Amino acid sequence: MPTTEASSLYQKRIPIFTRSVKGKFRSFKTAMLTLAYAVYFGLPWLPWHRGHEAVSQAVLFDLPGRKFYLFDLVVYPQDIFWLSLLLFIAGALLFFATGLVGRAFCGYFCFQTLWTDAFIFIERTVQGERPARQRLYKQAWNAEKLGKLGLTHLLWLAWAFWTAFTFVLYYGHAPELTVQFFSGKAPNVAYFTTLVLTLTTYVAAGWAREQVCLYMCPYARFQGVMYDPETMAVAYDSRRGEGAAGRALPRAGVRTLEERKAKGHGDCIDCKLCVQVCPTGIDIRNGLQYQCIACGLCVDACNSVMDSIGFPQGLIRYDSEANLSAKVPSKPRLHWKRLKIIGWGVALAIMSGALISSVGHRTSLDAAVQQMRQPLFVMLSDGRIRNRYQIRITNKGVEDEIYDISTKGVPDTALDMGNFREVKVRAGKSLIVQASVSLPQEMAEHDNSFEFMVTPRSQPAHAVALATRFDYKHDE
Amino acid sequence: MSQQKTQSVQTTGHVWDDDLQEYSNPLPSWWLMGFYASVIMALIYWMIYPAWPVGKHFTTGFNTVTYVNDKGQEKSWHWNTRAQLMKDMNEAQKMQKPYFDKVAAMPFDDIAKDPELTNFVNSAGKAIFADNCAACHQSGGQGKPGYFPNLTDDDWLYGGSYAKIQETITNGRHGYMPAFKEVLNDAQLDNLANYVASLSGEKADAAKAKAGDALFHSETAACYYCHGTDAKGRQQIGSANLTDKIWLWADVPGQTSPEKKVEAIHTVIANGLNRGVMPAWQDRLKPEQIKLLTAYVHGLGGGK
Ligand code: SF4
Ligand code: SF4
Repeated sequence: MPTTEASSLYQKRIPIFTRSVKGKFRSFKTAMLTLAYAVYFGLPWLPWHRGHEAVSQAVLFDLPGRKFYLFDLVVYPQDIFWLSLLLFIAGALLFFATGLVGRAFCGYFCFQTLWTDAFIFIERTVQGERPARQRLYKQAWNAEKLGKLGLTHLLWLAWAFWTAFTFVLYYGHAPELTVQFFSGKAPNVAYFTTLVLTLTTYVAAGWAREQVCLYMCPYARFQGVMYDPETMAVAYDSRRGEGAAGRALPRAGVRTLEERKAKGHGDCIDCKLCVQVCPTGIDIRNGLQYQCIACGLCVDACNSVMDSIGFPQGLIRYDSEANLSAKVPSKPRLHWKRLKIIGWGVALAIMSGALISSVGHRTSLDAAVQQMRQPLFVMLSDGRIRNRYQIRITNKGVEDEIYDISTKGVPDTALDMGNFREVKVRAGKSLIVQASVSLPQEMAEHDNSFEFMVTPRSQPAHAVALATRFDYKHDE
Repeated sequence: MSQQKTQSVQTTGHVWDDDLQEYSNPLPSWWLMGFYASVIMALIYWMIYPAWPVGKHFTTGFNTVTYVNDKGQEKSWHWNTRAQLMKDMNEAQKMQKPYFDKVAAMPFDDIAKDPELTNFVNSAGKAIFADNCAACHQSGGQGKPGYFPNLTDDDWLYGGSYAKIQETITNGRHGYMPAFKEVLNDAQLDNLANYVASLSGEKADAAKAKAGDALFHSETAACYYCHGTDAKGRQQIGSANLTDKIWLWADVPGQTSPEKKVEAIHTVIANGLNRGVMPAWQDRLKPEQIKLLTAYVHGLGGGK
């Protein structure tokens, strides 16, 4: 029903004090948080031995050197298509998972969720459980309030700082950078990044929280199109909960299941626990809402209530819209036999396979040839025709390497590389060498295409053939 | 947010046509704060950077950029993209300096044996070449027949050694050939043209070429004086080698019939040349730039 009372155009944030809860989804969330934090905060400190190369950090994003070190994998700018594959896989995985189980990402894996969870943990440790926090919020400013809130924010800031600082560690050698950072000798960009990320983490996880999910996150806007009636989502079984006469508090006379059934009341005892635990502050009993991040905490809350009063679990549960509205609801189960799900699954499998095989088949040599087109060819004083080429060799290995360059398809004597018939390329570096091929006119007319062979001395089996062409006249 | 708020929909309170109402879905107030914050940012930006036109001038902002200009003077200017570019160039030059120093200190042959330095020569040289030389010699050094020599072939009027190329860039060159129509009649010119065409294997009238041969080596025309008795040219004075297949002034390869080829040669002999002017670069480029450019041009494929 619309009400006609005038209201402000801007709304003050309504603070949310979430109650803590125990249950399998809470445990899963905690496990995810622990794992994610262990990886995020620990990874920069993991040493990794790489040949004689100086970089001894398992994961390092070397921006000035344009190389990403990921354990035994070194990613070069030429490997950019791995990134596009990875992005595709991430997108497909998101669609696949959302079609199947709704916003699983939001509730358990999203950074915003993880950090908000951690910040709420700090908040609760300092200020106490929900009623205590509500009391503190309403009470006038005094030493207690000042102390507790001050400590909370201090801890938040410290945690945000460590988060930001850890991020920076991925871009440099962690132990060295830490010493530099705290002795004021780190590059400016490190301080700037840390400052910005500290502030954004503090604001997003401390102050903005559900506002990020509600107003800023683009994913919340289009998740709806990925849902369909078979998608598993956190749902309140309103038929069971409301019954014919609606929910009712468990007063005398409507306490047991039989009594409630006789009076037409549903199983929901309107304890509002599901609302109190919700991090986005919604009431799941109003049906599927875009604000719901599918964290499952209300499921845990309601199950614990049902347990304590001896009602069966599952009033709030993961279930599909189709099943909830079915005449005889069956046990909730995954409906994966759908074109959309299978389609995304197949795309996911193909792309993951492509990425794995591409990464698995990488070699330490990357070479490319480019024909110089200004001029396309030149006639020498003795009438021979000369074409010029640039060959770029990148040594992606961890040892310096010598490469021999030869030709296939034109006589070896036609090739002139100045002083560089063999070139030494240092580990992780690229080099461009010039090559010219001169052929007598009669020959030039036949040898239209040929190959440069680049052979690493230590691994002749990994030689690369670079196909190119020889031009002796302008195309008409 | 039903935790605190009733679920009924609020309206703005306006009613039109008896029952038409407007839903109120208020924005969060931090959103409004964000808007104010961006207004403040705009003001700060306005104070720091050039912004408003004022008559024939504009507000320049407090921010300044300090850079060193071409003449080595330090300049401080209100922030603008040009000053910023100058500053960035200063920094880029600073980063290139060790390489330039290395090039300046090393003999040419050693530079050519160092793959990494050659790499630098090729990329930095390309930039200097594009700035200074490409206007005439074209971006790839291919030149323009009749105007500017091709630097990627193996024919060098003044010599293609490192030292000669360096000398050419430093001091410039001036090619000259007198007009022979003053001295010789048309038949004589024709004979000479046929002889010159025959030198590099082009089709020519054998009888005329024979007469031209005599004329070439005679005191009347005295062609041999500059082009040498073997017609191979003399690099000390930049006279062309007439026996190879490379033509600069007479566009022989560009002509379709043997007659036209001979005629192209004829025209050059008759009118002479005073176009082979290459300016001296010593006033415009620093010695280390010239040295690098020399190595680059040598590496274009024609160096000897
Ligand atoms: S409604 Fe339930 S699942 Fe959705 S966000 Fe709230 S607590 Fe999480
Ligand atoms: S927790 Fe369960 S019983 Fe309590 S109000 Fe929510 S749905 Fe009803």
